Order: sequence, then C-alpha cells, then structure tokens
Amino acid sequence: MSRSSLVLAGVLAASLFATGASADDKVKVGLIVTLSGPPAVLGGQIRDGFNLAVKTLGGKLGGLDAEVSVVDDELKPDVAITKVKGLIERDHVDFVVGPVFSNVLQAIAKPVTAAGVFLISPNAGTSNFAGKQCNENLFVTSYQNDQVHEVLGRYAEDKGFKSAFLMAPNYQAGKDALAGFKRDFKGEIVDEVYTPLGQLDFSAELAKIAAAKPEAFFTFMPGGMGVNLVKQYRQAGLASIPFLSAFTADESTLPAEKDDALGFLGGANWAPDLDNPQSKAFVKAYEAAYNSVPGTYAMQAYDTALLIDSAIKATGGKLSDKDALRAALKKADFTSLRGKFKFGNNHYPIQDFYLVKAAKRADGKYETEIVQRVFADYADKYAPECPMK
Amino acid sequence: MKLPPLLLFIALALFPLGAKFGPETYLLSFGARALIFALAALSLDFLIGQAALVSFGHAAYLGVGAYAVAICSLLGVDELVLQTILAVVAAALFAVLTGYVSLRATGVYYIMSSLAFGQMLYFLFVSLSELGGDDGFTLPARSRIAGSAALADDFVFYYFCLGVLAVAYLFLARAAASRFGRVAAAIRQDALRARALGFSPLPYQIVSCAIAGSLAAIAGVLLANHSEFVAPSFMSWQRSGELIVMTVLGGVGSLWGAVLGAIVYLSLDEVLSLFTDETHLVIGPLLVLVALFGRRGLAGWIGSGGAA
Amino acid sequence: MSWALLVVQTLNGLQLGVMLFLIAAGLTVTFGVMDVVNLAHGAQYMVGGYLIGLFADLTGNFWLGLALTLPSALAFGLALEFLVFRRLYERDHVSQILATFGISLFLNQAVKLLFGAGAIGVSMPEALSGTVALMPGLLYPIYRLALIGFGIGTAILLYILVNHTRVGMRVRAGATHPEIVAALGVDIRKLFMIVFGFGAMLAGFAGALAAPIFSVEPGMGDNLLILSFVVIVIGGVGSVRGALIAAVLVGLVDTLGRAFGPQLLRLALAPAAASQTGRALAPMLIYVTMAAVLFFRPAGLFPARR
Repeated sequence: MSRSSLVLAGVLAASLFATGASADDKVKVGLIVTLSGPPAVLGGQIRDGFNLAVKTLGGKLGGLDAEVSVVDDELKPDVAITKVKGLIERDHVDFVVGPVFSNVLQAIAKPVTAAGVFLISPNAGTSNFAGKQCNENLFVTSYQNDQVHEVLGRYAEDKGFKSAFLMAPNYQAGKDALAGFKRDFKGEIVDEVYTPLGQLDFSAELAKIAAAKPEAFFTFMPGGMGVNLVKQYRQAGLASIPFLSAFTADESTLPAEKDDALGFLGGANWAPDLDNPQSKAFVKAYEAAYNSVPGTYAMQAYDTALLIDSAIKATGGKLSDKDALRAALKKADFTSLRGKFKFGNNHYPIQDFYLVKAAKRADGKYETEIVQRVFADYADKYAPECPMK
Repeated sequence: MKLPPLLLFIALALFPLGAKFGPETYLLSFGARALIFALAALSLDFLIGQAALVSFGHAAYLGVGAYAVAICSLLGVDELVLQTILAVVAAALFAVLTGYVSLRATGVYYIMSSLAFGQMLYFLFVSLSELGGDDGFTLPARSRIAGSAALADDFVFYYFCLGVLAVAYLFLARAAASRFGRVAAAIRQDALRARALGFSPLPYQIVSCAIAGSLAAIAGVLLANHSEFVAPSFMSWQRSGELIVMTVLGGVGSLWGAVLGAIVYLSLDEVLSLFTDETHLVIGPLLVLVALFGRRGLAGWIGSGGAA
Repeated sequence: MSWALLVVQTLNGLQLGVMLFLIAAGLTVTFGVMDVVNLAHGAQYMVGGYLIGLFADLTGNFWLGLALTLPSALAFGLALEFLVFRRLYERDHVSQILATFGISLFLNQAVKLLFGAGAIGVSMPEALSGTVALMPGLLYPIYRLALIGFGIGTAILLYILVNHTRVGMRVRAGATHPEIVAALGVDIRKLFMIVFGFGAMLAGFAGALAAPIFSVEPGMGDNLLILSFVVIVIGGVGSVRGALIAAVLVGLVDTLGRAFGPQLLRLALAPAAASQTGRALAPMLIYVTMAAVLFFRPAGLFPARR
C-alpha cells in the first residue's frame, strides 16, 4: 500500500512540472478570482460572466480558440502571487483577468506586468494604479474605487441633505469609500464609524444612528456584512432615514436581503434594467445559464472578454505583437454592455454613473434599477497624476 | 544529521536543478514558499515538541518578521541584515513579554492565551494605515545583502532560504541535545519533578519561546521578500492553525518532520488545486485520518520503515 | 449619551452574550468532561443555521423548521461523535486540533458545494417580527428580546439538568475527576456521547436562532468559535456557570466597548488620535480582557478542576 501511494504522490507531483505548450492559434486567459469563503459569490459572478461571453463568441476570442483557466486566490495575497506565477510560467497565459479584491491586486500587479503579460482587472480599481503607479500593461474595466462612492456623495449634496452618518469596515477600501463620499457631500458628518472587518452584529451602531438622527445614512458594507446590516437596519425601524450605499444592496447580496432591501439606494455604473439591446441580451442569457440575476461583477467580466476579443481582432490574431495589442486594448473599440466605454490615459474607464435602487421584479427576483444618471463621462480624480499619455 | 533528514535536505538541494525541466520560475517560487513555511513549522515544532507549549498564535511571529521588513522599507532601509536584526529583537521581546502572562497558564489555557496575543498583534497591524492596514504593503524590491541585489534572482533566493532552513535545523537539533535541551525535556516530561531537582521551569520556557519566535520571525522576513508584499493575513489565526497542522502532520518532536510536513501540506494543496476548486473536501478528511491513524506523523511513518 | 442609548447597548451586549453562551456551553462541557479541543464546534453552529434555512424553506414555517432542526443537529453531532470524536478522547491536544481543524475545513467547503457560496436569508417568525420603541426613533426588534429570553431559559434548563439530575451529577463529576467516575463503573462511553451530542445540539440551536438576524454563509461559525474559546477560558473550562458569566461579560465588553470606547477615549486624547486608537483597540478589547483574567486567575474565573 505504501508503494502505490508513493507512485501516486509521484504522479501528482509530476503534474506540477507539466507545462502547457504555447501555440499561436490559441489564446490563453488566466482568471484569478476569490472562490473561497463568503466572497466566493463575487468571484463566481466574474468567472460566470467571462465564460458566458466566451461561449457567446463561439468559444473564441478575436477569432482564436480561447482556453480559460480559473484559479482561486483564497483572498490571500501571498497565495495569489504563487498562483499567478503558475498561470504565467506554467500555463503561458496571454492575459490575466482578475482579481476581485484590492489587496490581491496590489500583490499581483507587479509580477504580472513585469512579466510582460496584460493584467485586466474586472473589479478592483485602486487609486495608486490610477495615478502615480499606472502601468502600460494594466487595464481596469470596472471603475476607480472612489467613483462609486462619489455618486452617493453627489446625490446627497444635490438632494439637500444637511447631515449624514457614515459607516464602513475598517480597511483601506472602507476608508476610501467614506473619503469618496465626502468629496462631494458638504453637509455635516454626524459620525464616521469604522467597524471591524467581518463584524456581523450592528446593533450597537444602529442604536448610535437612531440617537444621532441624521438626514441620510451612507455605508459601504460588502458581502455578508452588508446582508446583515440591511436586514438589521430594516428590523430596527430605521428605514425612514434614506439608506445610501455602495456594493451593499446589489445583485450579490439582494438574494439574501430580499424585501428588507427594497427601496435602498446604491451607486453603480450599470444595472440589469439598462436600456440597450446588448445589455438586455446579456441579462437574459446570464439568467438562463446561471439562474441568478447578474450584477456589475458579471457585467464587467463580460465586457473584459469583449475588450480582449476586440483587441485580438484588431491585431489580426498576432498575440506576440504586444505593442499592437496594447494599442488595440487602449482603443477599447467594442460595444460595451454599458453603452459607451472608453479608457482614460491611465487605462481606467471613463463612463456614466447612475443612482440605482433595490427592487423586486414581477417574477420575484431581486435586482437594482436605475433611478437617474448622476455622472456622465466621468473620469477618476487620479488620472492627472499618471505619467502615461 | 540522521539519514532521513539528510536525504530530505539533499533532495531539496537538487530540486532547482530538476525544476529547469519544467516551468522554472513558478516551481522556484513555490519551492521557496514551501521552505519558508518549513522554517516556521520547524520553529513551532521546537516549541510543541521540546517545550510542550502548543502555541495557537505562532503566525504572529511570521507577521513580526514580515512587518519588520515593511517598516525598514518605509524608513529607507533595505539591508537584509539590519531588517533581520530588528525582526529577531522584536520577536524575542514579544515572546518574553507575552510569555510572562501566557506561561502562568497550562494546557488549553496556554493555547488560548497564545491565540489572544496573536489576535492582538493581528488587529494592531490591521489598524495601521501607514503600513497599508488590511490591504497590505508592497515592497519596492527584495532586500539587499551587503548592497548586492542577489536575492532578486529566484534561483539564488531559493538556495538562500534552503541555507537558512538548514542552519536553523542544525541549531535546533543542537539545542535539543544540549544541556538546555535536556532540562527543557525534563520540564516537559514532569515539571514538578524538575522543580524538585532545582530547575525553575519559567526561564527555560521563555527562552524556548524566544528561540522559536525569533526563527519564525526570520521566516517572516523571507516571506516578505518572497512575495515582495506584506499583509496582516500573514498572521491570522487560521495561519497559526495551518502551522500546527504542518507540524503535527510531520510528526511532533522530530524537527525534520515539521519540514517534511510543511512541504507535503503545501504541495498537496497546490497539486489538488490544479484539479479542483474544492481542495478542502479532500484535505479535511485527510487531516482527520492522519490525526486518528498517523503513527507519530510522517516522520514516524518513514522512521518505522514505511509500514502502512 | 442618553440613558436610553445605554439601555439599548446593554441589551445588545446581553444578546451577544446569550448567543455566545449557547455555543460556549457545549464547548466547555465537552472540554471539561472529555478534555477534547473541538475546533469544529463553529461548524456545528453553521450547520444549525443551514438546517433551519432548509427546513423553514421546506415547511414555510420558522417554528416547524426549528422543531426539525434541533433533532437534526443532535443527530449530526452524534454522527460526528461516532465517526471521529470517539477516537479522539485518548489522543493529545495537538491531534485533536488537527482532526477538528480538518472537519471544520471539510464542512465549510461542503456547505458551499451544497448551498452555494452566497449568503442565505432566513425569514423571521411572524409572531416575533414586531418591534418595541425603546428609544425615540429606534425600534428594537422583539426577536432580539426573545433571543435573550431563549438564552436565559436555556441557562436555567441547563442549571437544572446539571445540578439536579443524575446525568448532570455524572457530568459534573466527570468534569472534576473523570478517572474516578470511570472507576466507579459509570458507562463513560454513553456519558460522553450524551454530552457531546447535547453540546452539538446547543450550538446548532444557536445557529438556528441567529439565522434570521445574521446571514447564513460558509465560515459563519469561525469567528464565533474563537470568541467562544475566549469565553470558556475566561469562565473556566468545564463550568457551565462560568461560561454564562463569561459570555455575558464578553458580550457586554465587546458591545459597550465598541459603542462608547471612542467617546471615552476622547476625554483623554485629541479626536483624531482617539478615533485611531479606538479603532485599533476595539477589536482587541476582548483579548486584552482574557489576558488580564488569565494573569490573575490562570485557570479562569470558575474552574471545575483545581
């Protein structure tokens, strides 16, 4: 028994040594997203959105057969680095698409771009890579993290709210969120609370909100934290105070929040009810394939696939010509699900942003719906710091 | 050195040459990471095996070492020797201070106390926004040795880690066999009897903690260099749990077993992830089987001739 | 700061304490009687949450779901005992850590496979979904008050069980001197099985009760597990009374610390520094408390074994 287990161990170990042959009639994409733990929902949406696009394009990107390998970063930056090196060295991918989270992006940006491989982030969009540390091989198809929060700040200011209570988890993205809100909102900040990451019981904070009686409440509380906050906020009877949020009441959390989230406001660069033919077709196809309503994560992943498709087509399938590919990527000459889409000088998108609200469809499923457009052709604030033209 | 550990180190030394036949950078990167965790597990084995102190907060020392590099980098110091000195001093200090509180307790109370201190350090670094907080801190480059950027080369870095691991192993094996080690073993077996013989357990236990902590901090310095990135997740309680798993998998008390345990655990996780996203479905039950039926871990299994 | 706010925050703290007690009670007895470190106890809590999600969905009624969840959680615990834990009693702590860590990994991944990675919402029972105006503008959910009630009720039940029944007597004896109990001819195997199963059921009960307020998702038990260990260490391993007092203490320290800590710090430090320090200290507070207790009482507040 021990001999055969040694043989098995040897065979398994050998798989680590196997390298994929690089052929020019194929394009290889490595998807690195979080597929462990509660945030796996987001990684799953990105994977599903990307794969749906490839399927819709007939299994090809830019006319070349597409081979997509999916890798789980476990939300651990050091694990992500090893896995991304595996994608580059062992699997010889031409593009790395991912990640979900900002801290993983910080970790993998250098290894990927230094190896001359294009890194396209369909979700994380930190400020440093939009500004001073912008990179010619790094593209972001989602947004710069601050922008979504600025939507709510602008809305609150325009609506004339005199005071606001702010809350976010105590990590960089949380701090960026509240900073983004405060950029446009000039009213009184009644309190600014940072909760420990992963905290699920907000009874203490909700009591503070009730005591402070603000005119509006703004929060960034992603994932399971947001699900709990929404439910408890409604249960505490605070819904009369407008609930402004980002990534808290969206398609990834609405299925669990259900009726508790109805009417809560959010900010986004897209919603499933956006009125253009390609978006409607995408939503229909996604629901048919995965039985859930797509959120911005899936939409951005789909757009990423369309972007890669357009770039490869523009270079006539010559993956080795990196300069041509880069120029084609910059041009972003594809029909985005968002309608219009173009890159700024820092490879971050310039796009419209909307105020959305959580709603229930006739068929019982939950989605976000567009209330009004808040920003048109909105570029991020860090672009001037980027030395690229 | 006994035969099995000697063979292990020879195999580890030959690995990079074999790696040339495969995806070299990826394998060297993975190999270095395995060696770094092997060092951390080795230091934990010294604590658990020799001093009978089960620490559930050992990953905190990894964090101390890694953040020593980050802090030095922030101050413009990129010389490895200086960073390591800071790491070791900080680790030893932390071990001594927390030891005074934790070592008043025994058994599970000690385990939980060590967990508490690990968590405190974790939350401390999460709150420090200058060092990136929860998002982590990216290093501009790997540390320099005497001004040379030799460590930037993955080949060199792998052998450097292997060298550090080998020296650590020899040092710990020596320490276990020395007078200090024999007293520590006596305390482990029967603290009352040792006290009756005139040995006060506390100083020996604290020194053991300091040694183990310092070695883990050195592993942390190497880890920071490996990923060129530092984050509080390096010192989460789940990481501490994983270190215990690696140590027990290899066989508590055998020292070289911890090295093997770390390598096997990480390799298993990596290989499985090539085939499935749900690696824990396999690893979970495997750990249970090893705990129930593994005779003194992998080292014990190999030592007894590989009998099934 | 008003008295009403203080009352509300205290209630919140009590509620967290009660939840922790339900989880810690089973853990401390398992630990005290069988000397087993059980890292899978958090997964037990999670299983309770998923079970009620499943049964409430199937029957359309929360109470029916709860009635089905309790025996299922018990059965699940007994199955785990039979398959794995039975063999862990004689092993040392590190082997137990390894095995229960493995079980926890497996269960967290298994529920993700079975129910998906996203959070699952469980609706509150109609009868308890009302609110009570404790403060102008703040409606306190009756369900949370009911939770506190459930917890206190369970504590009383456990008190009666442990102190006034034969089984309870054996459990107390087993926590103090297990070898003698076995030597006196008590069927230790059956005792252990009962204790473990009951503890597992309590954890599942806690998970089910928590489901309507918190979301049910993979890994939801992990952080509460660590907190429960803190509770039983502070309370003293093997002591249910200790677990209750420690759980309430931890719940209150955590909630009141988070709620009023930054304000108190502002009395001593400048606002920015108070905010930064407050944010750093708040999550640490419980661990600092535990370290302090261990410093003065290395075996916890009410250790069963001296």
